[in-house]
Amino acid sequence: MEPNEPTNGGAALIRALELEGVEVIFGLPGGAILPVYDPIIESSIRHVLVRHEQGAGHMAEGYAHVTGKPGVCMVTSGPAATNVVTPLADAYLDSVPMVCITGQVPYAAIGTDAFQECDTTGITMSITKHNYLVSDARDIPRIVREAFHIATTGRPGPVLIDVPKDIVDPTNPRSSLEWYWPTDEEVVAGLPGYRPTTKGHPRKIKEAAEMILAAERPVIYAGGGILKARAAEALKELAELTGIHVVTTLMARGAFPDDHELCLGMPGMHGNYTAVMSFQETDLLITLGARFDDRVTGKLDEFASKAKVIHADIDPAELGKNRTPDVPIVGDARLVIEELVVAIRSLLESGRTQADTSAWKQTISGWQEKHPLHYDQHVPGERLKPQFVLETLRDNTPSDTIVCSGVGQHQMWTSQYWHFNHPYTWVNSGGLGTMGFSVPAAIGAKAAFPDRMVWAIDGDGCFQMTAQELVTATVEQIPVKIAILNNSYLGMVRQWQEMFYEERYSEVFLSQTVPDYKMWAESMGCAGFRVDSPEEVLPTIQKANEINDRPVVIDFRTDAAEKVFPMVASGKSNSEVMVHPSQVAGIGEY
Amino acid sequence: MPGVTSPSGGHNTNRAVRHHTLVVLVENQPGVLARVAGLFARRGFNIYSLAVAPTDDDERFSRITIVVDVESSPLEQITKQLFKLVNVVKISELDPDDSVERELMIATVKADPSVRSQVIELVDVFKGSVIDVGFDELSIAVNGEPDKLDDVEELLRPYGIVELQRTGRVALPKLERTPPRLKSVQNRAAN
Repeated sequence: MEPNEPTNGGAALIRALELEGVEVIFGLPGGAILPVYDPIIESSIRHVLVRHEQGAGHMAEGYAHVTGKPGVCMVTSGPAATNVVTPLADAYLDSVPMVCITGQVPYAAIGTDAFQECDTTGITMSITKHNYLVSDARDIPRIVREAFHIATTGRPGPVLIDVPKDIVDPTNPRSSLEWYWPTDEEVVAGLPGYRPTTKGHPRKIKEAAEMILAAERPVIYAGGGILKARAAEALKELAELTGIHVVTTLMARGAFPDDHELCLGMPGMHGNYTAVMSFQETDLLITLGARFDDRVTGKLDEFASKAKVIHADIDPAELGKNRTPDVPIVGDARLVIEELVVAIRSLLESGRTQADTSAWKQTISGWQEKHPLHYDQHVPGERLKPQFVLETLRDNTPSDTIVCSGVGQHQMWTSQYWHFNHPYTWVNSGGLGTMGFSVPAAIGAKAAFPDRMVWAIDGDGCFQMTAQELVTATVEQIPVKIAILNNSYLGMVRQWQEMFYEERYSEVFLSQTVPDYKMWAESMGCAGFRVDSPEEVLPTIQKANEINDRPVVIDFRTDAAEKVFPMVASGKSNSEVMVHPSQVAGIGEY
Repeated sequence: MPGVTSPSGGHNTNRAVRHHTLVVLVENQPGVLARVAGLFARRGFNIYSLAVAPTDDDERFSRITIVVDVESSPLEQITKQLFKLVNVVKISELDPDDSVERELMIATVKADPSVRSQVIELVDVFKGSVIDVGFDELSIAVNGEPDKLDDVEELLRPYGIVELQRTGRVALPKLERTPPRLKSVQNRAAN
């Protein structure tokens, strides 16, 4: 398309997506978006036809998680738009770059309660970083460019473009425009209210560097911002330069290698004991791209109460939202960390020495020895231990395997037991806690990297929410692998009822007989397996790993009584962390 | 209007403690007021009053003057969240002590012929005007500082207020020889 070439809104929209480098659109057509689907036939962009619009949204998220590029989904108006509300909210809370295009009834019909009309921009206002209702076809190239700019810069997030049908329909005069493609400068100039700060303030950087060298019990609290900013290398350099241990939040698993001697793993409600206690006892919390989420802090007043706080985040609103930092730094995590490394180096070169942290390191290794992750081994005749399944899967897949999960016990166990040694190998729903996330997210990830192995670890409750997308995976030849840790319960809810509701199990039992997951998988064109005994676990995983022509589903029948430990009860202080019952004697010795 | 009460007496100083004025320059885009109002609702911030109008550059920008209840949530968090809205260009926080504020009040008051002159006199004292006259009612308009309007309201109440509307305040920083304490909270406006 040449500058000033006459075109129409639908063709311009697809051309704009091509120019933004979009490789794949996850979507499902319908009445209002029909004119945009027509030019897709000629487009270089791959379209993955989903079975439910929620799947399209989560696939776009999965794609974005593993590539760092914005995921794109496209659906029609009304019910299709409301079906992507969940993925949009999910992407908003986890800062996932995403561009969602929704159809809308013709502009003149807006507000008349037309067929399949809903107020999409109104509904999604509070769960998108920004959204647009296009009122003029001539705005389309500009709006698409702005949407990708906003979705991918600053704190990333979802941007929605709502497109009335008349504006994209070539038979309607309102769809005509002359093609243009705004320059980067024009995009920036057109958004006077959008100027993300990326470079940390030099004075704050210096202050932070001095605090880091002076701290006797420092710890790095690394959040999802590390991955969003592609700062994993920089983080490693900072940790190794200073010898400071790194705690990686649920959103930052893989941002620092689990096998690194300085890695303490996940903090929070189901974090490991050492990570949780390191926060409680530290004198300097070096917070990088994290947001003091309640699942990390537990009771906020008692969180890291002995610590001074350095807090670097690209979103100024995070600084002081939950915890007032001593040194706030607004900036991109990678740039801030690189600046910190330079500042620390120059202090060291000028003769400054780092405080003695050897006692702290001993304390940490003491915690690690006393309270490693633990589960009781399988008892013959009983159901499988989910942790055993995970360990076997972990040890029999390539280290760059992409692991996706849903939400609940299986998610926590995966985060705990997997060894994430590469960034962008872990895809999950953190902030919103969206059950049903893993199957479509895995499909999105596999669409991005067809040559990588992609395993979704799912619960049986989660799987039943979005399993139909395996039909998409089969038809589109996106061979993901699904491990269902099937305990026939909504496991995490069951755990809370057991621990906090006097074992009164209200509406958490699903079924031990239906669905038949093997048959269900096969009916969707997947290979299906059921595993009941420990001996079958490894051979079945090996079989699954060899299947590359279709998706695989393994139904692992696991022990419903198994609970996730450690655990900090909701609203309690992290210092009251409950470890596995077999370790209880060791508590309180520090 | 909700009465402003203070444990320490004088309502002028009390208002300063509870309420802050944010002058928010926004792009003149459809839905921008909904974004601002929606943000307050979603984050649990309270709006005390709100006034919206185009600026001198009415093609591009509007100005929203929001009086916020700063006891409900810290002002800093409100401004930071507001500033995340893509259409918000600039936010100025005006300290009530260092700004001039104006508000317009219009009201219909019971005023049968026997007390009509008293009401007119009262309105005159406050440099207001009578904008409509009925058989036993008067409609009046007064503009001024919000506190003054509170006074007018109190003084009119005994006659019987039939209907009363206030616009919500608009504000500008006080002009002084020393720089005014207009705290430009953040300013990313491309000049």
